[in-house]
Amino acid sequence: MFKIIEKKELAPKIKLFKISAPEIAKKAQPGQFIILRVRKEGERVPLTIADYDREKGTITFVFQEVGRTTKQLGKFNEGDEIPDVLGPLGRPAEIEKFGKVVCIGIGVFAAPMALQARAFKEKGNYVIGVNIARRKDLIIFEDEFRAACDEFYISTDDGSRGYQGIEFLKEILERGVDRVVVFGLVPAQKQICELTKPYGVKTVVDLMPIMVDGMGMCGTCRVTVGGETKFACVDGPEFDGHQVDFDELERRRRMYTPEEKIASVMYERLGGYES
Amino acid sequence: MSKQDRFKAVPMPKQPPEVRIHNFNEVALGYTEEQAIKEAERCLQCPEPKCVPGCPVGIDIPAFIKLLREGKFREAIRKIKEKNNLPAICGRVCPQETQCQMNCVLGKKGDPVSIGRLERFLADWEREHGVEIPEKQPSTGKRIAVIGSGPAGLTAAADLARLGHEVVVFEALHEPGGVLMYGIPEFRLPKRIVQAEVDYVKKLGVTIKTNAVIGRLFTIPELLKDEGFDAVFIGTGAGLPRFLRVPGENLCGIYSANEFLIRINLMKGYMFPKWDTPIKIGKKVAVIGGGNVAMDASRCSLRLGAEEVHIVYRRSRAEMPARKEEVENAEEEGIKFDFLANPVAFHGDEYGWVRKMECVRMRLTEPDESGRRRPVPIEGSNFFMDVDTVVIAIGQTPNPLIQQTTPGLAVSKRGTIIVDENMQTSIEGVYAGGDVVTGAATVISAMGAGKKAAESIHKYLMNKR
Repeated sequence: MFKIIEKKELAPKIKLFKISAPEIAKKAQPGQFIILRVRKEGERVPLTIADYDREKGTITFVFQEVGRTTKQLGKFNEGDEIPDVLGPLGRPAEIEKFGKVVCIGIGVFAAPMALQARAFKEKGNYVIGVNIARRKDLIIFEDEFRAACDEFYISTDDGSRGYQGIEFLKEILERGVDRVVVFGLVPAQKQICELTKPYGVKTVVDLMPIMVDGMGMCGTCRVTVGGETKFACVDGPEFDGHQVDFDELERRRRMYTPEEKIASVMYERLGGYES
Repeated sequence: MSKQDRFKAVPMPKQPPEVRIHNFNEVALGYTEEQAIKEAERCLQCPEPKCVPGCPVGIDIPAFIKLLREGKFREAIRKIKEKNNLPAICGRVCPQETQCQMNCVLGKKGDPVSIGRLERFLADWEREHGVEIPEKQPSTGKRIAVIGSGPAGLTAAADLARLGHEVVVFEALHEPGGVLMYGIPEFRLPKRIVQAEVDYVKKLGVTIKTNAVIGRLFTIPELLKDEGFDAVFIGTGAGLPRFLRVPGENLCGIYSANEFLIRINLMKGYMFPKWDTPIKIGKKVAVIGGGNVAMDASRCSLRLGAEEVHIVYRRSRAEMPARKEEVENAEEEGIKFDFLANPVAFHGDEYGWVRKMECVRMRLTEPDESGRRRPVPIEGSNFFMDVDTVVIAIGQTPNPLIQQTTPGLAVSKRGTIIVDENMQTSIEGVYAGGDVVTGAATVISAMGAGKKAAESIHKYLMNKR
């Protein structure tokens, strides 16, 4: 059992949990993830680690209430316990001294990106942070993210704050950068990779496809990278974004959309089947 | 006893095929007391039994059968448990026909004694009448880490606990049992039986720590150095799925057998939405492969509501590695077999879902290193099958996580861990057994390996100063 130490609502339906998990906290690295379950009948859901405190023995993650599990998770309170948390999983992000690094965190993924930005900064990189959200009220982790960066930009899809869209990234790229790291939903990651490609800058993406075990057993998370099949859970989650078949990834991510809807609606209307 | 009774086994009551294809309940229903005693009476009590050497854990088979037919069920199960900690599982999933029962003298003229069914009867009887916890040796003060709670790990843990050691089992999934939980379906091995056997191991004093993935949470050197363990047993099995590596394999609707079976068995996909994890099944399913896993996946497909299920296997019936009993069960249920065919590509619709499977006909040539005749494709024989679900069940290899995070651990080219005759790896105090050493094999061979490793670990710890 994993006790919730702190719960914060960062934006509508976006929540932060800090939980007690001393063994995971001891080993966690930027870019790694956990898998959790909220009940005995629960599905296994991967979530990226947004922070960890080795001394206090805590890890932090941020999630958006979209499906059945995240909706139920959102109802947990400080002091409650999450029955299953497994991790740290996946290979740590490649954090080296590259020079100028652009860290792009989109939506809820701005939280784990802030952690990576901090790690890049500690390695002596010049870090350019980009925090993207659909609307201004959905921007999260701004202060933490900004604090880790030498330059920091905000952009919204509707232009309600900062830049509108991603075109402005071209200006940054034209100045010459050494690496771009993108964390967000698949369509946004694809767009940004297409945008950076003409500049020839290495662009890595963190992928979170559907997973079941998260340890290389099932192959649900398989993704084509450079024509080869990789498992996001053990070969990733970080891959060269210019090599990823995003269309296949997005189709596979939507494989269970109807079922996810059914489970979510049933949970909301009937309170689910509680054990 | 009449000659006919002597040579004819008491049949096992089973759910009829037309009923069982609509449920996930156990197919074989088990003997009644009368049936068990009648079957036990067929045993000739050979003075030099041929069955015992066929048992990977060396159960004194004639002795337990004698007790059974005298109605001494408690004593009979005690006799089995001297050697086997998990009889309810072995009685169900052991391939007895190639082990103990293969050498039964009765088998020369008729049916061998149904040793597996008798073992199952006693284990089930004990579960209903109260499980006895055997006495343990006095504490040795030694601590052993067992990695993996499948058949190898559970057996090693139980034996080591009985010898007086403190044992902690690390299980990466949220439920203990390994392949017994996630791989073998409910209708062949009910999960409450696995849970009962796991409870028995816990009652022996073994601690099972779930959600603990070794290689990430702790490495083996850390277990030995920082966590205070005196020895380690690696029983992590063969959990990495093999794929065909043909075009279109990542289309939606194509599962590895592992994914398919984990969703069904561990995550109870057939109970969606009561349980959260969904499983999708099409009307026409193709399962690729000819082993027990392929049989399991095909029979699960029927139970999930598929209209037509094909097993597509590249060799012929004679080379199929699946147990005969499982093949018969599958055929009875209406699974269709397509032999000497192998997929070369999958084709999808505009939404990325698999719709057609392109296969090539195969022919058999000379035997390969496995002793089976090697299949080669017949050029120009390509043909198409309409499919909307495909399950790839062509084998598993060991998960490399421990191998990658344990410096100095000798590993074969196939990714299996190399051990000596005492099951010790290239690292002192670190032992391994089961599928992680042999590659994918049977539950009982993993148990045999766990048992042998437990003996070696005990000797090692007791002789170490």
